[in-house]
Amino acid sequence: MSTIQAAFSACHERGEKALVVFVTAGDPDLAELPGILEALEEGGADVIEIGLPFSDPIADGPSIQASSQRALDRGVRPLDALKVLASAKGKVPRIVMGYINTVLQPGLESFADQALAAGVSGSILCDVTPEEAGDWIDVSRNKGLDTVFLAAPTSTDARLDLVVERGRGFIYAVSRTGVTGKGQQTFVEARELVSRLRSRTDLPIAVGFGISKPDDVRAVCEFADGAVVGSLIVDFLAEHWKGGAGREELVAMVRDLKAATKAV
Amino acid sequence: MMTSPDARGRFGQFGGRFVPETLIPALDQLENEFNQAWSEDAFRREFATLLSEYVGRPTPITEARRISEATGLHVVMKREDLNHTGAHKINNALGQALLARRMGKTRIIAETGAGQHGVATATVCALFGLKCVVYMGEEDCRRQSLNVFRMKLMGAEVVPVSSGTKTLKDALNEAMRDWVTNVRDTHYIIGTAAGPHPYPFMVREFQRVIGDEARSQYLERYGRLPEVGIACVGGGSNAIGFFAAFYGDPDVRLLGVEAGGLGVSSGSHAAPLTAGTPGVLHGSYSYMMQDEAGQVLPTHSMSAGLDYPGVGAEHSHLMASGRATYRAANDDEALDAFRRVAELEGIIPAFESAHAFVPVFDGSLEPGTRVLVNLSGRGDKDMGMAVDLLKL
Repeated sequence: MSTIQAAFSACHERGEKALVVFVTAGDPDLAELPGILEALEEGGADVIEIGLPFSDPIADGPSIQASSQRALDRGVRPLDALKVLASAKGKVPRIVMGYINTVLQPGLESFADQALAAGVSGSILCDVTPEEAGDWIDVSRNKGLDTVFLAAPTSTDARLDLVVERGRGFIYAVSRTGVTGKGQQTFVEARELVSRLRSRTDLPIAVGFGISKPDDVRAVCEFADGAVVGSLIVDFLAEHWKGGAGREELVAMVRDLKAATKAV
Repeated sequence: MMTSPDARGRFGQFGGRFVPETLIPALDQLENEFNQAWSEDAFRREFATLLSEYVGRPTPITEARRISEATGLHVVMKREDLNHTGAHKINNALGQALLARRMGKTRIIAETGAGQHGVATATVCALFGLKCVVYMGEEDCRRQSLNVFRMKLMGAEVVPVSSGTKTLKDALNEAMRDWVTNVRDTHYIIGTAAGPHPYPFMVREFQRVIGDEARSQYLERYGRLPEVGIACVGGGSNAIGFFAAFYGDPDVRLLGVEAGGLGVSSGSHAAPLTAGTPGVLHGSYSYMMQDEAGQVLPTHSMSAGLDYPGVGAEHSHLMASGRATYRAANDDEALDAFRRVAELEGIIPAFESAHAFVPVFDGSLEPGTRVLVNLSGRGDKDMGMAVDLLKL
């Protein structure tokens, strides 16, 4: 079982769901990343997604777009982010999240090697569906990296079959049609999607997009195995994380989110 | 040679579908609907009737006598500038609007650079009574303000895009985000031959009327085919529609002209085929302008419609296979061609189209060569900039 899947299982055994959090590598400064990861772990994050900045993030809403752009403006390169990750201690599994072109340009093998060296357990590429992922799946399987695919409310049954067949680690259920970011929602579509996925796979299913408060986490954890929180963390870091200042608040925020995974 | 993409939407190694999962069912639906419609006589007839009665097709070919005299070439122009709305963009907008109607989509979105595609889309939406939202880079809204007013007049909502470089690529990003959010009732009319499958193929098919007409008009008028066909290439929709008719004529050289901006060596250009590398941008694997880490590079061209870091997948394939060749023309060369076409023929070409005339004027073609240039649009929209640049 992969480390990612094991993290979900461990939660399950404790009678709780998994909290997955997202942070952009290089926003704030890359040098801050190890400290941020430590704080996220201390707050109780079960899995951490490391966003690799890309110039044209079509699946992202304003928060993560802006965050990605700030990182690029600082000169952050995805491979530099992996080097910093390699030096950042922690127990929680890490997944890189981003877009195919930043993986394609260094070369799939080379990127996978550097991701492994950085202690990364898998990848989520927002603009790659299982059909287009053939080569990346092969490379990832060889190296032991998980390939997490997105399932959407618009996905047909045949597509969900493909997503669960080629997915590893967990299935990322997109809560709504739309891009990443905060938003009021009832998670009706997400509930239905998760139940459609559940009948197809034993892999854990986490719901993401638009989950921005403990109540959202609680709502989603009623029917899913985990909740992904991104924009909330990213916005907080941009506003309040100043060289370690804001650490306590971050830990408390993550702790509140984590608590909501146990309330079921 | 291969003229249709394979089952995965690839022209050779180029193309494909690199988009969020949410959009895949919509792309499947679009692909099926297009294939079905394109095989139906009734659909083709409706499209052809609208092209004739609304757009004003067929557009003529015009022999450029004074340009020929001045250059020692034999130059003929395909007059896409005479289409309703002033450019070739309406061909594709009309075809896609018909498809949107078939699919029951009530809301249309589009991206636009120079504003020509935005205007074409606003036009067909007015014609069919569809709600229309056009994304346009802030920078482009400024340099093409007349087109913004035209779109608004026809009832479209124009959304200025302030992210990234505030130009065409960012307008495309924003339109993609809208589509991902509103995919159930919205059709995205991509204006160029780029984007995920089936767009590159479908846009080519809707634009191939340019080449099909030009080829038969030239044959009829001159009893032979031209030796060289030239078109400007941004994303590449006018060029691909023009080129497609000549795939079976190996003696017709196909030449695409990209925007060289301040010069390809300066880095300030929009010439991915000439000076880029393959990668994934806007849903498709094709040549693009990027750094070694895969980040998309800023582009520059005085022509907003060519100011784009990517290019349609089929152009990458045509270059790889050698069927077409590509070069760049710089801003100053295009501006000179713009002025000379106006002075010599009494036709003001769009800045975009002026790029296609650069090989005609720069002595790079053998004297006597029979050239067919696709004059993809008219230059009224560019007069504001022309006044400044040419000190008129």
